Amino acid sequence: MIDTSTRAAPESTLRNEEPARSSQPAAGAATPRVTIAVDDTRQARAITSVKAQVENLNFYYGQNRALKNLSIPIADKQVTALIGPSGCGKSTFLRCFNRMHDLQPDTRYEGSITLHPDNINLVGSGIDPIEVRMRIGMVFQKPNPFPKTIFENVAYGLRLRGVRNRATLAEEVEKALRGAALWDEVKDRLQDSALALSGGQMQRLCIARALATTPEILLFDEPTSALDPIATAKIEELISTLRDQVTVLIVTHNMQQAARVSDYTAFMYLGELIEFDEAAKIFTNPSKKATEDYITGRYG
Amino acid sequence: MVSTAATQSNDLVSRSGLRYRKIRDRIIETLLLAAGLVAVFTTLAIVVILLTESSAFFEHVSLKDFLTDTMWTPLFADAHYGILPLVAGTLTTTIVALIVAVPVGTIIAIYLSEFASHRLRETVKPILELLGAVPTVVYGYFALTAVTPLLQKLMPELPGFNMLSAGLVIGLMIVPYVASVSEDAMRSVPRYMREGSYAMGATRLQTALRVVVPGAFSGLAAAFILGISRAVGETMVVAIAAGMQPNFTFDPREQAATITAYIVQVSLGDLPHGSIGYQSIFAAGLVLMLITLIFNVIGFSLTRKFREAY
Repeated sequence: MIDTSTRAAPESTLRNEEPARSSQPAAGAATPRVTIAVDDTRQARAITSVKAQVENLNFYYGQNRALKNLSIPIADKQVTALIGPSGCGKSTFLRCFNRMHDLQPDTRYEGSITLHPDNINLVGSGIDPIEVRMRIGMVFQKPNPFPKTIFENVAYGLRLRGVRNRATLAEEVEKALRGAALWDEVKDRLQDSALALSGGQMQRLCIARALATTPEILLFDEPTSALDPIATAKIEELISTLRDQVTVLIVTHNMQQAARVSDYTAFMYLGELIEFDEAAKIFTNPSKKATEDYITGRYG
Repeated sequence: MVSTAATQSNDLVSRSGLRYRKIRDRIIETLLLAAGLVAVFTTLAIVVILLTESSAFFEHVSLKDFLTDTMWTPLFADAHYGILPLVAGTLTTTIVALIVAVPVGTIIAIYLSEFASHRLRETVKPILELLGAVPTVVYGYFALTAVTPLLQKLMPELPGFNMLSAGLVIGLMIVPYVASVSEDAMRSVPRYMREGSYAMGATRLQTALRVVVPGAFSGLAAAFILGISRAVGETMVVAIAAGMQPNFTFDPREQAATITAYIVQVSLGDLPHGSIGYQSIFAAGLVLMLITLIFNVIGFSLTRKFREAY
């Protein structure tokens, strides 16, 4: 059982008072309430710059409240992982960021996800979901390349944004494919159907497709759950290299994966945020009993 | 370790029961096979009859004349047996029909599959399918008595019988088929494919045209082929509205006979069995079957080429 009264309000572990634009505060100082755990493999980092601030986010499917008062900062150009047992709302939460729920009838958001530096509320009624999706990229659980050539898959977002120039398209496609560590494997068959690729290649193609439009945040919804271990390792490596280029938010069932790739980790249960902290802290010394039970495999 | 053998067997497993099940399975299997073979034998029988009867026809008429003569007048004193006028009539009405049915059917399918609400779709689709149940003779009279006069207002020199009117109405007639099969094909494009497109910032229309339509290509090709087969085989509309005069032309404003119209005309007449006129309908039928076969082969290979593995 989870003692919900011990739910972590974010201010208990972390509060980010830094405006998003100041990316270089005095290192180590001046951020007093951020817990800094020291880890051998990865230099611990406080959130120095916030890309998006989730504040009191509630989400409803009809009458059913699927997300309850989530507040969480998303660190700029870092990897934030969402973990939790099936049905805890982590994918639902992820899909709020690019308004995928708007495709279903009878869904409702409350609260805000403020995207910095523009200070726009991604779930606000005043903003067009299409604009949100143009700025926030997403990679899905099952690789879903379009029934087009490899080239056209990557060029898709650019064409939607009105890019016509062939040289520009070719250049951007190559850049995105290189960014997704797929260029060397497909450069001689860009005109082949994307559906002829292997599962892992398809998933990297989907990452390239998302990267091509330089998203501000890249969402990953269990990106390796349909892949074999080797393809999974490649995707994880890729996500690690994406850090520093793009803000990454990843939902995963695999705790080792969360520990390997993320800088920050949020543990969710039954639509609530139980604990949010640096990954190193969550996986070595969680402050909530429920988090510890979950990461040690006692339930979930 | 297991040291002693089991001493009890399951009483529920009876030998005679098992044997009875096996026999019953055999009988049902045989019945199913027989049902399947009925379709195969019917097709074979049709092919055999067409071939034997038309071979009798080809004893009188050389294949060269049949394929190159531009006159088809088997019932006249000066008999010519060139199939080209009938093929031209068939192709012309079919092309006119497709010019109507392919865009209209596809647009309806895109709307129903990608834009319409669930309720609207569930209301419109049965109505659309009901249109396909209207007897074709009704469509024929609709072409002759409504569409042709309307066209004549726009084109005063248009004859009362013409392929344009017949083709347009055949097109309308096959719209429900094309729309229905296309809609099924588009709806079977998986949701995650659409989500991928929406997540890139695409609108509904962009998603429909750039992802769903290419994804449903094999199904759309099947829908168009089905439409072509229906248009090529359509009889009543052309017999009523296009006239029965074999006429070697691809101009839809003229009157002409199609292969099917000719077959109907001869079948209704009182030509004696074994006469050359009687045999000619089998040769015409053979050509009709070949045309349909060619389209089906094209459709099949298109479908295979573009079939996407989801």
